[in-house]
Amino acid sequence: MSFWQFLQLNWSELLLLVRQHVVLVFSAILIAVIIGVPTGILLTRHRALRGPVLGIANVMQTIPSLALFGFLIPLPFIGGIGARTALVALVLYSLLPIIRNTVTGILGVEPSVREAAVAMGMTDGQVLRQVELPLAMGVIVTGIRVATVIAVGVTTIAAAVGAGGLGVYIFRGLRQYDNNLLLAGALSAALLALAADFFLGLLEGQFSFETKRGSVLPKVALAAAVLLVVVGGIALWRGGDAPKSAGQARVSVGSKDFTESALLAEIVAQMLEARGVSVERRFELGGNLPHDAMVSGTLDLYPEYTGTSYTAILHHAPTGDPRAVYDQVKQEYASKFNVEVSPPLGFENTFAILVRGEEARRLNLKTISDAAPHATRWQAGFGQDFMSRADGYPGFSKTYGLKFAEVREMDLSLTYIALSSRQVDLIAGNSTEGRIATLDLFQLADDRHYFPPYEAVYLVRQDSVTRVPALREVLSKLANAISTEEMRRLNYEIDGNKRDSKEVVREWLSGRGL
Amino acid sequence: MPQEGTKDSLVQFHNVNYSLPTAANIISDLNLTVERGETLVLLGESGCGKTTTLKLVNRLLTPSAGEVQVEGKATTEWDPIALRRRIGYVIQEGGLFPHFTIARNVGLVPALSGWDQARTTERVRELLSLVGLDPGRFAERYPRELSGGQRQRVGVARALAADPPLLLLDEPFGALDPLTRASLQREFADLTSRLGKTAILVTHDVREALILARRIGLMHKGQLLLLETPERFLASDHPQARAYIDTLKVSDGGAQ
Repeated sequence: MSFWQFLQLNWSELLLLVRQHVVLVFSAILIAVIIGVPTGILLTRHRALRGPVLGIANVMQTIPSLALFGFLIPLPFIGGIGARTALVALVLYSLLPIIRNTVTGILGVEPSVREAAVAMGMTDGQVLRQVELPLAMGVIVTGIRVATVIAVGVTTIAAAVGAGGLGVYIFRGLRQYDNNLLLAGALSAALLALAADFFLGLLEGQFSFETKRGSVLPKVALAAAVLLVVVGGIALWRGGDAPKSAGQARVSVGSKDFTESALLAEIVAQMLEARGVSVERRFELGGNLPHDAMVSGTLDLYPEYTGTSYTAILHHAPTGDPRAVYDQVKQEYASKFNVEVSPPLGFENTFAILVRGEEARRLNLKTISDAAPHATRWQAGFGQDFMSRADGYPGFSKTYGLKFAEVREMDLSLTYIALSSRQVDLIAGNSTEGRIATLDLFQLADDRHYFPPYEAVYLVRQDSVTRVPALREVLSKLANAISTEEMRRLNYEIDGNKRDSKEVVREWLSGRGL
Repeated sequence: MPQEGTKDSLVQFHNVNYSLPTAANIISDLNLTVERGETLVLLGESGCGKTTTLKLVNRLLTPSAGEVQVEGKATTEWDPIALRRRIGYVIQEGGLFPHFTIARNVGLVPALSGWDQARTTERVRELLSLVGLDPGRFAERYPRELSGGQRQRVGVARALAADPPLLLLDEPFGALDPLTRASLQREFADLTSRLGKTAILVTHDVREALILARRIGLMHKGQLLLLETPERFLASDHPQARAYIDTLKVSDGGAQ
């Protein structure tokens, strides 16, 4: 599919994402200005506060955005998942340039001009409003401009906490190795940043009193800025107008940030909708976000794997018996989190240790133990998740005595392509990944049974099941409904054939009479 | 102990000291009376305390010891805003607000004092004409569109706007070229005598002092050394005064 065709097919979704993006950036900047400018003014009046406050704002900006989102998620009121968290993080990022430029702008006003103002008999407030602020405005707008451009960039990452925006396309594009998605997301974000920069630049010119001659440009800039504010305001107002009928038949369905998880979530979402339940989709949340969100009550349900719950959430040492793991998880989730575990869906998604098929045939490799002697010549590529979790790399390399020439930590979805294009020689993928067959990758058998069973299940809050009885019916219908082969095929429909997940799910459900 | 000023004195310094915690005395034991209607010129090199003296009058600074009285009342007892609106203030390059038009610069104090629009506009026209600027040409321009001399005229007009009894001028003609400076000095002397304004003017230019002053106060290292009419200043045998007068002779000799 060409990029142009992609745009024609997806323009309405793209516009929605652009709107979410603009609303986030606009609201964040608005709040940051409301907080930042008065703070900056205060700092010009109280020299002693200047160091500490600017220092704190500075530190805020050095925190990597994903880490900042991570800190915010468990916090009450300002945290959780969704636009609110993203907004808080964006405001924190935007404060520094705005506060700093307000201080610089005001302190940069010619001392003789300020002195003249005081000597004319202006009160403090008059000096501030009539002299200092107007003269500092150019510098303040520069700060707002810098903050806005930064915010447009950071907002792409906000998709990881379920806030929407163009990051949704970028993350999805990375995951599915889909250049059209990547390009549409990144290009739109870049255009937004350029547009914001351009218009705020024109506005900034409006305030340079030393060089301005009577020209129409500032009026155009002012008009454009006003238009931007109005459009942003309308978008904001309409954005806040989303259906909020928190009736009893409303369910918030989450998913992790990979295709299969989003697909499983979409299956439940469509089945619930078919039963008249309104569904809020909070898909593609990073790391253990869905768990935190469910425990805190923001999510009602999301798909999970028993092995992940067992090791990453409950912190047990990996073990091989599927039944024991399922029972243990079910019992502990009920007592610790008031969360129910659905019957298994019928397939496992375990880590698949993959090498190139051609390499496996040449060296006659069948199991991971077969491959161990070759590891010293190999580069391995692992996702961040695999590197860090209890049942991941450290135990894995120890169990098989693996010593790689080099281990690269990279985005999971990129590892498949890295392997087939010989950038790396061994990866830890997902066993249900559709590209295993299409890229001619070979799965080495886990002959020492290191990886715990990862049966797919849904986790659902107990109070949600009580509130929405349709949930229990849907989950029982899905018991043993999906085989590993079927899951692999569904994944490939989306990742390989680039089809829309809603459509794939709709087709599958009707084919199965669900 | 506040002393009873003479009826005709507008500003009085009584044993005024001004110092900063980090520096030695900037003003030491200053006693000075400015009579109504006179132009008093404070003459001295940079750092002698003449600008500080000026700022003590409109309470941009307050004395560390002693008292400055304006119209018989200590500056510390004045509401600073009310005090400043009764004192016109002109600084080098005018200190105009770059984001205000000329009209708005000149009409600032009337506007702050709550004059209505028509009266302010009329006053601005009158003042611009008074300082030799055509209101039709200049009112709607911005300071950056004017020459240094024109800006200085606007500065004077702004200081006169609310018809204050007292003008403070800090090196008002310092940044101008010699020809413009000379003509502005003449016009200013003419203007103050016509309007009967009291003025305290600070300069390091002894020629300017001689042209404009009714009395010259010679300052050096925070002290007032001498306070004389121009004629008696020229005849003084005080060494500091002689040094200034000698520069005058050298440059005159060079010019001839």
